[in-house]
Amino acid sequence: MNAPHKGITLFNDIEVNSGLKAAIGLSRSDIIGVIRDSGLKGRGGAGFPTGTKWNLAAAATKHPKYVVCNADEGEPGTFKDRVLLTDFADYVFEGMTIAGLATGAATGIVYLRGEYRYLLAGLEAMLAERRSSNLLGKAILGKEGFDFDIEIRLGSGAYVCGEETALIESLEGQRGEPRNRPPFPVDTGYMGCPTVVNNVETLALATCILAKGADWFKAIGTEKSSGIKLFSVSGDVERPGVYELPLGISIGELLTVVGGEGAKAVQVGGASGRCVPAEQFARALAFEDVSTGGSIIVFGAGRDMLMVAKNFLEFFVDESCGQCTPCRVGNRKLLEGVEMLERGQCSVAYLRELAALGETMQLAGKCGLGQSSANAFLSIIEHFKDEILGRDVVAAQ
Amino acid sequence: MANQPTNPSVETSRAPKSQHAQAVATPDQNAGIGAMVSVTIDHHELKVPLGTTILQAAQKVGVHIPTLCHHPDLCVAGVCRICVVEVAGQRTLQASCAYPITQPIRVFTHTRKVRQARRHVLDLLLSEHYGECYSCFRNNNCELQGLAKEYGVDHFRFGHPDKPAHEPDRSSYSVIRDMNKCILCRRCVRTCIDLQEVGVLEATHRGSETTIATFEDKPLADVVCINCGQCINRCPTGALRANDPTDEVWQAIDDPTKHVVIQTAPAPRAAIGECFGCEPGTPLTFQMNSAIRECGFDKVFDTNFTADLTIIEEGTELILRLYKALVLGDKDAVVPQFTSCSPGWVKYIEHFYPEMLGHMSSAKSPQQMFGAVIKTYYARLHNLDPKDIVTVALMPCSAKKFECNRPEMADSGYKDVDYGLTTRELAQMFTEAGIDLPEMPKSDFDDPFGTATGSGVIFGATGGVMEAAIRTVVELVLGVKVENLFEHADVIPVRGFEGVRYAELPLGEKFGPVPELLKLNKDLPFDSWDWLKGATLKVAICHGTANAKRVLEDIKAGGKFSQCHFIEFMACPGGCLGGGGMPIPTSPEIRAARAKAIYGEDAAYEIRKSHENPAVVKLYTEFLTEGPCGHLSHKLLHTGYTPRGRYIV
Repeated sequence: MNAPHKGITLFNDIEVNSGLKAAIGLSRSDIIGVIRDSGLKGRGGAGFPTGTKWNLAAAATKHPKYVVCNADEGEPGTFKDRVLLTDFADYVFEGMTIAGLATGAATGIVYLRGEYRYLLAGLEAMLAERRSSNLLGKAILGKEGFDFDIEIRLGSGAYVCGEETALIESLEGQRGEPRNRPPFPVDTGYMGCPTVVNNVETLALATCILAKGADWFKAIGTEKSSGIKLFSVSGDVERPGVYELPLGISIGELLTVVGGEGAKAVQVGGASGRCVPAEQFARALAFEDVSTGGSIIVFGAGRDMLMVAKNFLEFFVDESCGQCTPCRVGNRKLLEGVEMLERGQCSVAYLRELAALGETMQLAGKCGLGQSSANAFLSIIEHFKDEILGRDVVAAQ
Repeated sequence: MANQPTNPSVETSRAPKSQHAQAVATPDQNAGIGAMVSVTIDHHELKVPLGTTILQAAQKVGVHIPTLCHHPDLCVAGVCRICVVEVAGQRTLQASCAYPITQPIRVFTHTRKVRQARRHVLDLLLSEHYGECYSCFRNNNCELQGLAKEYGVDHFRFGHPDKPAHEPDRSSYSVIRDMNKCILCRRCVRTCIDLQEVGVLEATHRGSETTIATFEDKPLADVVCINCGQCINRCPTGALRANDPTDEVWQAIDDPTKHVVIQTAPAPRAAIGECFGCEPGTPLTFQMNSAIRECGFDKVFDTNFTADLTIIEEGTELILRLYKALVLGDKDAVVPQFTSCSPGWVKYIEHFYPEMLGHMSSAKSPQQMFGAVIKTYYARLHNLDPKDIVTVALMPCSAKKFECNRPEMADSGYKDVDYGLTTRELAQMFTEAGIDLPEMPKSDFDDPFGTATGSGVIFGATGGVMEAAIRTVVELVLGVKVENLFEHADVIPVRGFEGVRYAELPLGEKFGPVPELLKLNKDLPFDSWDWLKGATLKVAICHGTANAKRVLEDIKAGGKFSQCHFIEFMACPGGCLGGGGMPIPTSPEIRAARAKAIYGEDAAYEIRKSHENPAVVKLYTEFLTEGPCGHLSHKLLHTGYTPRGRYIV
């Protein structure tokens, strides 16, 4: 049933709105129970259990509550949410509606990446269609007291707004900068109200789980990482694209599927992810091993890994929100270090210093993105130290 | 939280309410009230109210955690990351200033990870901070410098700029901004937007390009900056400082042809000791007089003299305004009347509520009245050519520098006040002259303005102008001793640090005769107080422009404050004693200590009511013979305002 393949077939046997119809017959706690039993974890990369998140928001006493769909797909190398929003947006809207029912929220907001503006008209048309079919609005599908509607807001191009609290700041009309946590959005989110922020894929999967049951989902994947995951595969492969694969699949298996055998390294999780070298291709793509929001960038044998690190660091130097010291200045120092390595001017001692700085960035950054911004650099200098320091010799000659 | 100048309403604030001041549970979080949580900090075990931050808990048991972006007056930022600590069970380090304790936790404040992270944060900040410590006014009073010492920084691990990358913005008369020294802690942003709600400074750009800028990066002089200087008081480094005229003042002192006089405002004397290692709230008024003479000033006067004069002029204006509005129904007489002594407040209303300028008292501030009196009355009295007189004003204020440079402030025919000095700058002059202020002998102010009253002194604290006005109004209008109404003449209802205070004073049915002082003014339209019979005087006091905004909006909406007759506004939290020219640092506790010193000084004065100041009475008999608000008064002691608006072209 779940043979590895390119493209999305997940929804083929799930009728639109069957998930919502199933949810309507259930109590709030039962809906959350189904999601919890399925083991669904956030598909944006952090892997927070979705059932727990919904439960926290449902238990919050403040009102109103909000459901926010994080469609600010900005992680380099990720494009699976674009496919979902292009071809399967109904399932996403349906998932938001289910989340609204489960948590008691009456408003859903899609935070759409600014670059996806071209999708806006189509999505608005679908929302209008859903309203006229009583799938949104007052007393949805005749269920008294179940009111929910969805609006779409556009992002403006800042990577950091994919971080949920920065996204909320942006929604409120502020500069997109992550907030201190705690408090968490489920307690104090949009406009200070309890807010569920879920990734596009998470919401679409919630719909499927309601339609087909927790057991169906749990049967796929590993014990700690149940279900299907969409992977955006790019780089030195024969067949780049979006793949629907069970979690727990090894990197090597994935490379076979996409035609990326012979790769030297794979960047899992985009710029904020980790670079996995060939000798570790047996590792599993799962929350308990190599976690990912879906971005898989494959580097062939000829790639210069120092340039890979440089590319990611240039990205963070530009895309750090600029609030906290470790991320704002730290990434610049790491980039300067890479440039020194490039020129053969970086001593091993200073490289060690930079590695320690990287650790500080992971520990002391204010938000998840700041904390992960040194990951790529650290994993590359760890696994490709010989190659990187070897350049110095070449350059020195 | 009574001492917090933060505004009570958060709708206009950017920070989410939950993070505005992460502290103990408030009445809207009923569930949290009274709940205590256990926390272990290193080897200290304690219980704290739910929601206390790790930093606050650590302070309770004397565990020192370094801070940079945190400030007791400001909302939480959690951006510098110097205060990180390890919380057992958490993968990452937590910013102790921003982490509310809601369940039992164990905290470690100096583990390897913590020490490494703090040192890295410092190294990263120093890699971008152009630290020319020798030539920096914050040398030895810089939080970054202090931390570098605390953490044993002995080399610049990640480099250090060897030349400035930005031209400092010197456009403003009051505030100089030097981005070379900025460490992006955003205290200035939170001060300007959240504390004062002026909103001149904001973070712009992102990533490594992040900077603090004005609108379109225009010079400070060209934006809606009100010159309050609260950002200076809260900047941890030397990125913000006041425009310092000490060189020019020394030059005038050194010039034998110049007669250099200084007037000293009440607030600096209660705080200048802090620059010499004294505890906040150590009054050094009379030592300061000797030190000033030691520097070479020819005369030292007490601004309290013109504070008393302000009470007479502004009070008379209020009475005339009320008569016109209540009795004659004159639409141009707008009530309530607003005080006009705080130049930061004046510029605030000119920018943000120009349509309400009709409420402003036309009386000049005490500083400017003094300048005009010195270059006219005093010059005549001592047979001096006004062009040879240099008037210096010692002020707790950065906005006074702008005020004395307003083009209209030349009613004496000369620039009324030549230089505005801050408390910090005068302290610098003292050290330059080798003066150890606390050890100086005591000496009094010079005549003819030597005698001051306690009412002038309390101008330095929020509510002081109102208290002085009430003391005088009660006696002049009701004809009874103010002590009969308020014990020791302490008008307690208007004192305190609450952001906005409101008080009522029923005038009753018994009035005294119209006093001779007022009758000097031949245009006085009444000869008895009958028209005030049964009236209740309603007043309000407000400090910090965020609170001013609330009051002005309330007046526009026809609320409670629109029923007031007189409202005191001060731009700075705490009034002048929290001014932008006062010693750094500032905190609610420091401001409270300064207030205590000011009220203590008031109580020590023999004469505590402005209208009893013999020098003031003498001025009206000898010089301003047409009485308060008379023709000459209007020329010298009153002014007009400029509707600036928010948009500057």
